[in-house]
Amino acid sequence: MKFKTMASLLGAAAVAGGMLVSGAASAEDKIGFVYVGPVGDHGWTYRHDIGRQAVVKALGDKVKTTYVESVKEGPDSERVIRQMAASGHKIIFTTSFGFMNPTLKVAKQFPNVKFEHATGYKRADNVSTYSGRFYEGRYVVGKIAGKMTKSNIIGYVGSFPIPEVVRGINAVALAARSVNPDVQIKVTWVNTWYDPGKEGDAAKALIDQGADIILQHTDSPAPLQVAESRGVWAVGQASDMNHFAPKAQLTAIIDNWDKYYVERAKAALDGSWKSMDTWAGLKAGMVELAEFNKAIPADVVKLASDTKAGIMDGSIHPFAGPFNKQDGTPAVAAGKNLEDGVLLGMDWYVEGVLGKLPK
Amino acid sequence: MVYITPILALTLTILTGMLLFSFLGVDPVEALRNFFIVPINNQYGATELLVKATPLILCAIGLSVGFRANVWNIGAEGQLTVGAIFGGALFVYFPETESVFMLPAMILLGAIGGALWAAIPAFLKTRFNANEILTSLMLVYVATLLLSLLVHGPFRDPDGYNFPESKIFTDSATMPILLEGTRLHFGSIIALLAVLTTWIMLAKTLIGFQVKVIGTAPKAGAYAGFSQKKIIWFSLLFGGAMAGLAGISEVSGPVGQLLPSISPGYGFTAIIVAFLGRLHPVGIIFAGLLMALTYLGGETAQINLGMPVAVTGVFQGMVLFYLLACDVFVNYRFQLNRFGKAA
Repeated sequence: MKFKTMASLLGAAAVAGGMLVSGAASAEDKIGFVYVGPVGDHGWTYRHDIGRQAVVKALGDKVKTTYVESVKEGPDSERVIRQMAASGHKIIFTTSFGFMNPTLKVAKQFPNVKFEHATGYKRADNVSTYSGRFYEGRYVVGKIAGKMTKSNIIGYVGSFPIPEVVRGINAVALAARSVNPDVQIKVTWVNTWYDPGKEGDAAKALIDQGADIILQHTDSPAPLQVAESRGVWAVGQASDMNHFAPKAQLTAIIDNWDKYYVERAKAALDGSWKSMDTWAGLKAGMVELAEFNKAIPADVVKLASDTKAGIMDGSIHPFAGPFNKQDGTPAVAAGKNLEDGVLLGMDWYVEGVLGKLPK
Repeated sequence: MVYITPILALTLTILTGMLLFSFLGVDPVEALRNFFIVPINNQYGATELLVKATPLILCAIGLSVGFRANVWNIGAEGQLTVGAIFGGALFVYFPETESVFMLPAMILLGAIGGALWAAIPAFLKTRFNANEILTSLMLVYVATLLLSLLVHGPFRDPDGYNFPESKIFTDSATMPILLEGTRLHFGSIIALLAVLTTWIMLAKTLIGFQVKVIGTAPKAGAYAGFSQKKIIWFSLLFGGAMAGLAGISEVSGPVGQLLPSISPGYGFTAIIVAFLGRLHPVGIIFAGLLMALTYLGGETAQINLGMPVAVTGVFQGMVLFYLLACDVFVNYRFQLNRFGKAA
């Protein structure tokens, strides 16, 4: 805990140094970012901050970007968002689901400021939403995991049992069982997005229960580090976590917000910004996969690459029927794909996932 | 002297803070201005300070009574959470009700919920002599998981795409706003009333006297016939009720709904607030405002100066560190002794 605080202090201090330099540019339009975690989480927030840096790079002296990190979801976030809106920001990116209602409340008071809320479902004239189809990446990961597992148990460190996370678990289960019908998924919920201690403990528990591949939907590299030290496979989350687990990381699902942030920032500045919903995946480059581990056999690499290409050209849909829900009832018939509406509210497991979804 | 140390500690913190800012390459005066003045130099900012300080003061005032009686309730966070669950449950089950009694009933249930949660460590302490530090602390985790369970299940908004949130509270279940255009709400008045009540209780009533005697001289209290058990029950129930009020005032106030997590650790920060305020009702108001200001200042410093969020934590840590250090030097004389001299 102490070390974490210390490390984030040092990391943040370094970032602050960089900020001051960029802040010294002449008068400009301001673009704000509200982060749920520390910029040094090496996962979710880290990738959003890379997106912010892409905006700085693309728009240069014309803009000044600001951010507030580790903002608690709830009343604190409303104050931070409001403070940004009141201090002359043109567009504000609020990058966590829990910022949804605060973003909408502030947006109502500041109709001239544009808001971009990540992973939410409520929009307004000046509030857009955006998210990645991360499940597409997970589907590719599932194919690799299904081929690579020897114990046929895949461990999954889950954050919160919300549709976004359940979708990922199901995508992995469908993909893994399509290449290896004996695979089962064990899920452990940690009820946090970022807590290296809890995430690591969950990974240990899963390995002790026989999992030889650790997947995660939490933001720190702790599960990978555990996998590395215990000699099992793992998959990075949100960013390439290769340097934390060079031997264990099979690949990583990378969120790439760069293009979207630059486009939306430009649109807000030139007045062409419109409220809309964006849900993009591998094809648009919002979801990417890190380089495959050299230890993966060539045929598995080919399978993964073909799956990725198939998703990108539309010939493969991760939730293509027929498949069953956990209880054996059919989820979708052959020849049909699960609709986006169902995906957005997914609150059931598919066959092959063990345990009961917390409800 | 004991009332001067907080001011001394604050001065030392500011001086060290200025050093830290220069080290980070920020103009120290500008940094301090952004930390302590900019956040509250307009009406909205000033009301935000009260909004942020309200749960801190409510929790701290409740804890201070226990701390005075040597009852170490560390679990205000859990009591706050259960208070929010109890009060919020009323809305979840009767969302259509527009009765004027809705909010008062929710507030009352909030206090009851917090007190009930604190009754568990009180029972374990008086019946089995279980350490209340451990029991109250561990019940925090039970409470937050209970809340998580409820908002993932029975309390979930049926129209919310299965996301773990309750419906947004309607007007009749929401704390009235005191100042149009701000978030200043009725909860701040509850906090003020709680402080006044506690002050009178400690200064003027028999139970307040018993709390102080049992805390400072338990044996004298016993000879006077004061019941230790009664004081344990009283201070835990009182602290729990106050924390419960903080919980319902948050969810019916700025939060506006039940979420998996409703407090960024107010119940724990309140321990610092209680001690920073010297366990005195008036001191706690000032300490609560100061602690709230460091949060607001941290946000402003991040937005305006790009300073790291960790600075807020460092600041809060320094206040407590210097406070304790000053206390040591006020209460004890520092003497260098050579080993073996006495022999």
